Amino acid sequence: MPSTHILSAYDEELQYLARRISEMGGLAEQMCAQGVRALVNSDAALAQKVISDDVILDQMEREIGEKAIVTIAKRQPMAGDLREIIGTLRIAADLERVGDLGKNTAKRVIAVQSGGVPRKLARGLEHLSELALEQLKEVLDVYVTRSPEKAEAIRLRDEEIDAMYTSLFRELLTYMMEDPRNITSCTHLLFCAKNIERIGDHATNIAETIFYITTGHAPEGERPKDDTSNTLGAVNS
Amino acid sequence: MTQMVSLDKIQPQQSVGQPKIEIKNLNFYYGETKALKNISLQLPERSVTAFIGPSGCGKSTLLRVLNRIYELYPKQRAEGEVLVDGKNILDRDQDLNLLRTKVGMVFQKPTPFPMSIYENIAFGVRLYEQVSKSEMDERVEAALRRAALWNEVKDKLHAGGTSLSGGQQQRLCIARTVAVKPEIILLDEPASALDPLSTAKIEELIDELRADYTIVIVTHNMQQAARVSRQTAFMYLGELIEFDDTAKIFTSPQEKRTQDYVTGRFG
Repeated sequence: MPSTHILSAYDEELQYLARRISEMGGLAEQMCAQGVRALVNSDAALAQKVISDDVILDQMEREIGEKAIVTIAKRQPMAGDLREIIGTLRIAADLERVGDLGKNTAKRVIAVQSGGVPRKLARGLEHLSELALEQLKEVLDVYVTRSPEKAEAIRLRDEEIDAMYTSLFRELLTYMMEDPRNITSCTHLLFCAKNIERIGDHATNIAETIFYITTGHAPEGERPKDDTSNTLGAVNS
Repeated sequence: MTQMVSLDKIQPQQSVGQPKIEIKNLNFYYGETKALKNISLQLPERSVTAFIGPSGCGKSTLLRVLNRIYELYPKQRAEGEVLVDGKNILDRDQDLNLLRTKVGMVFQKPTPFPMSIYENIAFGVRLYEQVSKSEMDERVEAALRRAALWNEVKDKLHAGGTSLSGGQQQRLCIARTVAVKPEIILLDEPASALDPLSTAKIEELIDELRADYTIVIVTHNMQQAARVSRQTAFMYLGELIEFDDTAKIFTSPQEKRTQDYVTGRFG
């Protein structure tokens, strides 16, 4: 919103919330990137760092929630301001979940370590994570620029991540069938892939929230889905 | 994710009735000054409509046109049409006394007459109707009950109206208004001089009255407009900028000037 409030302290409160969201976004993004790197490189120390960063991210979400509630009570926001503050709460919740997914990936590093990650799968996971993190990074940029068109564009791109996830799913199944000793590590990797795919979903949620903040209505139409893994059981039987 | 409900799609609790008041191309002048510029809007029956806008935007002027109370002052004139039930009340042949029984008004400052609580209400009824003593007692009680004041004053009906608290005085004024059985009630900042509890009682009352009356309220308190009204009109410098469902005006107004006003961005 370009123009300023008559009460400058109100503007400062809204700016504070926006700044904290950007900080949360930066940390959540970093946790996910480092979680996948720790997994691919079997780096237990890095994994430990991601796990402890989650405490900070949770704390940030709580602070945003408290500040938003005080602002609502004090200012009784209307129209765009109201959507802005409610949007902030939703986005903070999405980012907190993104952090949890990063942490969950990091937690699996030790379990996967024993089996090691086959090179080909590692590349697949890295690629999936690049796509998801790119999506998250862009949506955080759009949060700053507030372009409903760009938010809509990001929302429609989640399909790519879903397709990539489905193909990784197939690949992991193949590995497990080849050698049952792969089952433990492949199952963990499958969860990691699902974690990453979920990050894309949260980025899409955030894009929808930004669209709502800027326009006052939800984006139209179903979001595209290309995650067909839930029907994949029949493929190899 | 949780499905986001776009607030503008929230359905009104009951369907909006026929237009009770139709304002068409209304212009209003204070001497040479044009205070209302070509206003057109329709106010539905049995529904609360709020007029909001900064001081001097014309919202009170518009309200004052609806019962032609402006005619008490020289050099004020309205042009255009204001149809109530299809009849233009700006016509010369409009009986003003009849109009003001049909269209009651409550002002910002409580204005009880300097007489007893009972007489405050009986006075207006007597102007228009011949009623027996017992019938009058009933009318007074019914009006006081309607204004949620009966329990507080039933034991002191012959005490002076001005002895009541500000909030009670305002409810007495509302009782006085409903006693003559109007169809439309105009409220000009009815709660702005009251404490929060009295304000809540007035709002509760408006909520009850809207089942039977067409209510138009002017208020500076945006949260109040958001709470009590079904439709909201935003006015600025004598123009009607936006008129829409209240939920829409306060969550996603279409006009930038409305947005700026309701969020506190210009004065």
